[in-house]
Amino acid sequence: MTNAVQSESIISAPRKKSNLEKLIRNKSLWRGIVALIGAVIFWEICSQSKIWFGVEIPWIGKVPPPSEVLEAWKKIFYYSGYWESWYLSTARVFAGFIIAMLLGIPFGLMLAVNRYFRDVFFPPFEILRPIPPLAWVPASIIFWPTTEMSIAFVTFLGAFFTIVINVLGGARNIDVQYLRAAQSMGAKQWDLFWKVVLPGTLPSIWTGAAVGMGITWEVVLASEMISGGGQQGGGGLGFFIWSSYMGGTVAQVIVGMISIGIAGYLSSSLIRYIGVISMPWRRLF
Amino acid sequence: MNGQMNSLGAISIRNVTKIYDPEGVNVMAVDDCSLEIASGEVCMIVGPSGCGKTTLLNAIAGFHSITEGEIYLDDKLLCGPSKPKADQGADRMVVFQHGALFPWKTLVENVAYGPIVQGVMSKAEAHEKAEHMLAEAGIEDVANKYPGEVSSGMARRSEIVRALINDPKVLLLDEPYRAMDALTKSIMHESLLEVYDRTKVTIFFITHDLEEAIFLGDKVVVMTTRPATLKKTVDVKISRPRDYQTLTTEEFRVLVEETKDAVHEEAKKAFDAGEREMA
Repeated sequence: MTNAVQSESIISAPRKKSNLEKLIRNKSLWRGIVALIGAVIFWEICSQSKIWFGVEIPWIGKVPPPSEVLEAWKKIFYYSGYWESWYLSTARVFAGFIIAMLLGIPFGLMLAVNRYFRDVFFPPFEILRPIPPLAWVPASIIFWPTTEMSIAFVTFLGAFFTIVINVLGGARNIDVQYLRAAQSMGAKQWDLFWKVVLPGTLPSIWTGAAVGMGITWEVVLASEMISGGGQQGGGGLGFFIWSSYMGGTVAQVIVGMISIGIAGYLSSSLIRYIGVISMPWRRLF
Repeated sequence: MNGQMNSLGAISIRNVTKIYDPEGVNVMAVDDCSLEIASGEVCMIVGPSGCGKTTLLNAIAGFHSITEGEIYLDDKLLCGPSKPKADQGADRMVVFQHGALFPWKTLVENVAYGPIVQGVMSKAEAHEKAEHMLAEAGIEDVANKYPGEVSSGMARRSEIVRALINDPKVLLLDEPYRAMDALTKSIMHESLLEVYDRTKVTIFFITHDLEEAIFLGDKVVVMTTRPATLKKTVDVKISRPRDYQTLTTEEFRVLVEETKDAVHEEAKKAFDAGEREMA
């Protein structure tokens, strides 16, 4: 009888799981961890196959194994230059990205809501948009007085076009019934913009931001390599990879590549997190 | 008219014609349509898909212009030859077919939006009134949830509350219960009848469902296939307040029978016309 009462009370009031418990029970997380461990083991076996089995597996057999990469990482882990490269690349990415957001969001919204603005600015925007950001590197080195400014400019371009095109698409796709409903309730142009168009475009803004963030990482590293980040601009992960390659330490090149992957993942996670915070209604989906 | 008379909200549609794209294909959506809706009357508009019912609603709401004719609200011209498109205003609130609650606002924020944006109430006052009205509609428990978190029935009730908080003269409903299952629909009908009995607001309600039209309406207007003209007007003299017992009465059954043929004939014409367009 007592047991029956106890089990009934357990059924009627389910215990709330703690965040740690939720994390431990998160199957997606565990699948991801297992996949990563599996990939590292696969890489180790393939890279070591010539030593272990006497057979070299094409392409991956020439890549240093994870154990060697880990050793190289340990060596530079306490080297300030490595972390300075992280800092410099991250600072450049965020500088370019934030400027792109600050200019791209209002520009995209203006293109969406004002026909005259769109008629004037959309054609030149569409001509400039297909030009890959890296094609701007030589011109920006000539135009801007310092390498740092050139890199910032190219990084900005990487995110700007993606953000604008997403904002424009998002704002143009807002259901006309939201606008009609707001107007029926007495909303003026200003209210429509702030209370309907802007929140209605937020999902597209954050999609554009996440894609734009990925592109800025691609662009900043390439521009650091091309512009010789070690001179005026100074370091950066792109230059770190390039100088490791020139110095012949392939394991260190891979350390640089993995570092970029981690930095990119953390940056995108931050953008996704801000997106979730700013759009509480989207947490349902 | 049953119940207490409201002195406001009479709509007069006089010889209205609407031709889409006058310089191009010239699709006539509405042809010389005239209709009088008394203040506080529930006018149900029934007709085949694409016949021009929504065109008429859009003209009253001020979303679309008209080509000819006039529409008056309480003897005041909304639109006519001198002003083809009516101004949009909170005196004519629309409840849309697919719902138009702002997904980024909670139900209480959605309901409070109108008075805040019109500047007639402070944010706190508007929220207090919105909460009170949502409670009257029996959905106070979900007042602070987002539209995506509640059922379609709750969302639709909230949308009607959002319209009513603006104290409209006319409620324009465009097939609001179209996608609902029969059970939810019956709850929605009861809810709307309760709202009507309380407010006596003039209602212009578009539907495909003949039984819904007779159950809710004071007048059922059957429209022809495109271009829309009035085919038949049926006065529903069933007393109010109504409830689900009404559906089983002889009076109700006779009215359905009386109207069914007209609706079926137009539906068949619309179907045949559709077949021809597809051929």
